[in-house]
Amino acid sequence: MIEVKDVYFTYPNGIGALKGVSITIQNGDFVAIMGQNGAGKTTLVKHFNGLLKPTKGKVLVDGVNTRDISVARLARKVGFVFQNPDHQLFCETVEDETSFALKNFGYKPNIIERRVTWALNLLSLTQYRKTSPFMLSGGERKRVALASVLASDPKIVILDEPTIGQDHQQKEKLRQFITQLRAQKKTVVIVTHDVEFVAECNPRVVLMTEGKIVADGRANKILTNYNLVTKASLVPPQVTQIFMKLSDLGLPTNVIDVYEARKVFLNSLEGS
Amino acid sequence: MALIETENLSFTYPSGMKPAVEDISISIEKGDFVVLTGPSGCGKTTLCRCFNGLIPHFYGGKLEGNITVAGYNVAKCLVYELARHVGLVFQNPENQLFALSVEKDVAFGLENCGMPRDDMRKRVDWALQMTGIEELRERAPHELSGGQQQRVAIACVLAMQPEVMVFDEPTSFLDPLGAQKIFEVINDLNKELGITVILVEHRLDLASRYANHVIVMNEGKIVLDGEPHKVFNSERARLIGVGIPKATRLYQILRENGLKLSKVPINSEEASQFLRKILTHD
Ligand SMILES: Nc1ncnc2c1ncn2[C@@H]1O[C@H](COP(=O)(O)OP(=O)(O)O)[C@@H](O)[C@H]1O
Ligand SMILES: Nc1ncnc2c1ncn2[C@@H]1O[C@H](COP(=O)(O)OP(=O)(O)O)[C@@H](O)[C@H]1O
Ligand SMILES: [Mg+2]
Ligand SMILES: [Mg+2]
Repeated sequence: MIEVKDVYFTYPNGIGALKGVSITIQNGDFVAIMGQNGAGKTTLVKHFNGLLKPTKGKVLVDGVNTRDISVARLARKVGFVFQNPDHQLFCETVEDETSFALKNFGYKPNIIERRVTWALNLLSLTQYRKTSPFMLSGGERKRVALASVLASDPKIVILDEPTIGQDHQQKEKLRQFITQLRAQKKTVVIVTHDVEFVAECNPRVVLMTEGKIVADGRANKILTNYNLVTKASLVPPQVTQIFMKLSDLGLPTNVIDVYEARKVFLNSLEGS
Repeated sequence: MALIETENLSFTYPSGMKPAVEDISISIEKGDFVVLTGPSGCGKTTLCRCFNGLIPHFYGGKLEGNITVAGYNVAKCLVYELARHVGLVFQNPENQLFALSVEKDVAFGLENCGMPRDDMRKRVDWALQMTGIEELRERAPHELSGGQQQRVAIACVLAMQPEVMVFDEPTSFLDPLGAQKIFEVINDLNKELGITVILVEHRLDLASRYANHVIVMNEGKIVLDGEPHKVFNSERARLIGVGIPKATRLYQILRENGLKLSKVPINSEEASQFLRKILTHD
């Protein structure tokens, strides 16, 4: 469980990036943190693994204050995939990269081997096992970073902007991947402004603007609130936009998914 | 003749085992707004580099077939000459920005073609305003966030007002409203000044409303090329894994239930209009 209690954070250059944020994320939650560029999303999640410490307020992970535990120890529990994968890749091969954390944690070679093989396979990276991460495309490097985190089997997985620059199929794979993590009862936190991706997953959505949380609820409630969404520099999912334009006909406006949209439309057609 | 025309165009990078783009024959008319899409690695960026002559002049490699852009034979012309007619916003904005300030970067191309100072200042101000980065003008581009850098890269190309503007995933780092505003600006330039636009994009829900021409690539080849409604509703587009607009997808799955809308929608306006017709028995 992650508990953020009235956290303020100011960067050394004087920019106040978090201005009194409180939020609780339960074990097994699936949360999407959304909002405009510069809202403080990355700054907030960097507090979850102790990379940043609050200027004021506190963050507890499973009851332990992030001030009282090293980032390295916390890393066993909280896996973090950065927005820019180049900030976390430094090994000579994809295999070394994926096994790095496990070696650090002192796992036995046969367990490391099994975990690495499993993670590379899951992310379709097996063919690049002996390749340098820097020979790969941006999207592939992002998957390597993901594989490294996955192999180390953390309880909480944080993905910062995982859909940027990914094509439709890669996003679909990412979605399946998150579904798997959830089946394993892991806590998943994604930072994103990809409304269509979130509409397909329907997680809990936490909306941020200017260092504050302005809304917190299910995606189908938050993303269908036009004023809120616009204030956070997002646009409603296309399905929602369609239904908003039909609201005068008595159709519901809290629809985000196409299959649900079909059902709602056919129902109201039968009713009329 | 079309503004951009390719005939059996293939290109292989010096280090490449096989062509990155292969047997491309397309024609883009003056004033077209083209959305170019397809899975990662299918050759979109490579094709964009052919449009402004970076290929073959900068990348080397083997170019086969023909390509003409704005009347120039790309294989033979001078890159700086073509640059006056074709502006390219790189997929990775860091690789495009090099000056000490945003303002200098945006002015660079104009200075190069010898625009008078006063006109230049006006053009730079306009481009900064259009992309919403006036307050960043004194900042160093390499210190900015990814989204801010993308706005600067876009401003650089807008300032030149070339005949053809090529945008390679120009707003991937921007939040949706920010991206939408940029697309609106690009659309205005296209509709008002007749500038030809080629936009590489995956987020078709946001981008496809502006296009009159959609090209889908897969594994280096063109697989679909034509009018947006036709292309997005093609079974092939979905099978390749193109994220077709949700409006079009809704049309398709309603058909599975035997409900046929009057036409194929590709945006929320069209979809709601066609659905309304059915609901009101109009
Ligand atoms: N390393 C840093 N140093 C100084 N300011 C920063 C740094 N990182 C982010 N900021 C500033 O903090 C604010 C929040 O940034 P960030 O958390 O990255 O937002 P988001 O992830 O929502 O786009 C922004 O104003 C940004 O410019
Ligand atoms: N500079 C380069 N040198 C060698 N190969 C490249 C280069 N750029 C791209 N490629 C290769 O060309 C193919 C098409 O890539 P690209 O045009 O970047 O696709 P897209 O933009 O659709 O993702 C890929 O196989 C890629 O690895
Ligand atoms: Mg961020
Ligand atoms: Mg590309």
